[in-house]
Amino acid sequence: MTYFGELLISGISLGFIYGLIALGFVVIYKATEVVNFAQGSVLLLGAYVVARTHESLGFTLAVVVGTAAGALGALLIEFLFVRRARHADPTALAILTIGVDIALATDLTRRIGQQVLSFNDPWGDSTVDLGPFTVPQARIAAMVVSIVLVVVFFTAFKYTSWGVATRATAEDHEAAALMGIRRGRVSMVSWIVAGGLATVAGVFLGTSPSPGLNNTSNLTALNAFPAAVVGGLDSTEGAIVGGLLIGVVQSLSAGYNDKVTFLGSPLGDVAAYIVMLLVLLWRPSGLFGTREVARV
Amino acid sequence: MFERPGGAGLRRHLPRGVIVLIVIVLAALPLYVEAFWLQMGLFVFAAGIGAIGLNLLTGTTGQLSLAHAFFLAVGAYGYAYFSGSKTQIGGGVEVGGLELAPLLAAVLAVALAGFAGLLFSPIAGRLRGIYLGVASLSLVFIGQHLLLNARDVTGGFYGRNTAPFSLFGFSFTNADPPLTVLGVEFGQRERLWYLGLGLLILCYLFATNLLRGRPGRALQTIRDSEIAAATMGVNVRVYKSAAFVLSSMYAGLAGVLVALAFQRPVPDYFNLSLSITYLAMIVIGGLGSVRGAVVGAAFVTALPQVLTHYSDSLTFLAQPGESGVGAAEFANYSYGAAIVLVILIAPGGLAGVLSGRSGRAAHARATVSGAVPGGTAPGPASPPGGGPDQNGPTGTTSSVTVNKEARHS
Repeated sequence: MTYFGELLISGISLGFIYGLIALGFVVIYKATEVVNFAQGSVLLLGAYVVARTHESLGFTLAVVVGTAAGALGALLIEFLFVRRARHADPTALAILTIGVDIALATDLTRRIGQQVLSFNDPWGDSTVDLGPFTVPQARIAAMVVSIVLVVVFFTAFKYTSWGVATRATAEDHEAAALMGIRRGRVSMVSWIVAGGLATVAGVFLGTSPSPGLNNTSNLTALNAFPAAVVGGLDSTEGAIVGGLLIGVVQSLSAGYNDKVTFLGSPLGDVAAYIVMLLVLLWRPSGLFGTREVARV
Repeated sequence: MFERPGGAGLRRHLPRGVIVLIVIVLAALPLYVEAFWLQMGLFVFAAGIGAIGLNLLTGTTGQLSLAHAFFLAVGAYGYAYFSGSKTQIGGGVEVGGLELAPLLAAVLAVALAGFAGLLFSPIAGRLRGIYLGVASLSLVFIGQHLLLNARDVTGGFYGRNTAPFSLFGFSFTNADPPLTVLGVEFGQRERLWYLGLGLLILCYLFATNLLRGRPGRALQTIRDSEIAAATMGVNVRVYKSAAFVLSSMYAGLAGVLVALAFQRPVPDYFNLSLSITYLAMIVIGGLGSVRGAVVGAAFVTALPQVLTHYSDSLTFLAQPGESGVGAAEFANYSYGAAIVLVILIAPGGLAGVLSGRSGRAAHARATVSGAVPGGTAPGPASPPGGGPDQNGPTGTTSSVTVNKEARHS
């Protein structure tokens, strides 16, 4: 039971990390109808900058700089590429981001090579006892920081003019344009937000219990794809719910893998995708996504 | 960007003589070139077949798929299992096999890949656009999981050996029967070269004929607007499933060739980056163009191998073990950049560039010749600055609006 509780807590915390990345997918999708396959390499970019600067700047400042770098990277992708191809259809835009991802991920993994980069974060390997459960401090920190970020995000999405503009654009971008909403600005801010969120998630993917940032961290970020799709690509709440679902499923299936050896191992990675397929069979637009209704 | 009608433009722009010449040159090459080029050629032929298949699905029908690597794996290990025999492969792993004739095994492997595609079609039929693309991701991961765990079929992490191919008693190995043509000894590579070339030509002809006929027009209409297609009497669900099955079968055949070329395929090869590589091929070659798929496959497959082969003399590349940009990385940068450039500048891909039409011009022509009623084709990436045809911008914008309303209201 203690084991189950610990797996659950670590799954929830992992889920919040996925939720942050998935939130990035959703914001970008809502604002620009682009499914950003480059999110993984943006995450790696931000986290890499944190790993490279934390020695001279200290952890906190490094995270600020890294987040800025991730946000800037995402902004550049939007500004240099996506914006120039705005009239291409969504599939073409998704392929475009795959192209960006190939180049960016290749460069970053080449720089990282076989190293495992640590962040020297204040939590280190220490653990904390929550009643009967022993949990890494970094996981608790991930949870707290994610909840704060999610609350800030939802408040901003509801009340700031950017949030209103983004929601209006997602609803009907032509009507929004006629109301004087500048789509370019909405799109830029959305990519910046997504890049920043991805970086924070990337930092927590590299802290305890994970040994550090390595050249496959961007692939871990791919798990946020099932999270975003399970929740519905155009639902911000869905991103968080989907993230939690995927995180918990992954943690439990990895934790109990030795009990169900006939399913093969490692089970953790594939479980997320099986959940996604099942959800999509049941609801083709995800749990909270807007159903596409065709009327002729 | 999905504006090119299938290989229809081929005849107009490349006289039949040129094609025959290319085929003759390809057929004569084994007499002259060394083993490296033959091996690479075999991979190019396999990739060409796979790319034609993916292009039918993604380029022509507009269904983004990242699952191609999975179907290649089904073909490769299907062939290995059907033709293989029960053997110990070390590490205490014993692989099974049905010991069927290689030709039958290959046909069954292709059919199995098609069946795998059919199994996915309940999902593929329900999902639209980008959801399908993301859902297809899951097949690659599930595939990896199966390949690593179904050890008695795939051999697990280190893969298994494949039985050599043979056709009516003629074996595609170094001997049996020994063969010498014009003083050149025809070993396994030379023989497989002709097998690959022959299959590629057959697949090419099948795809161009398919696209020229009614099914091709139906698929293109589905890409442009599912509603329009349904209104015109196209059974959208059946055609989408059929496109998925056919594309998987192409992938399965490519997988069989890859298994023969590798002789020992390892599961790790069939990962997500292979799927992305195939996507890169068809985008760079030109979405919707059969010829483009082959050209793209040649480019994407050959580039890293050629760079690695000549990396000694290419001073800007780092040698293995050195830090810096190596051959594989350089190839990755190149085709990452090529994808971006194609989508931004030349939506017709290499095929469009080769036939002297890209971007706006290709779109204008395609809209006129396309079988889409009411011009509901989604607009392509229009290059900034506008082009000669004044009708384009307004026509494009309004048709997109029509589409939008149809979908969202």
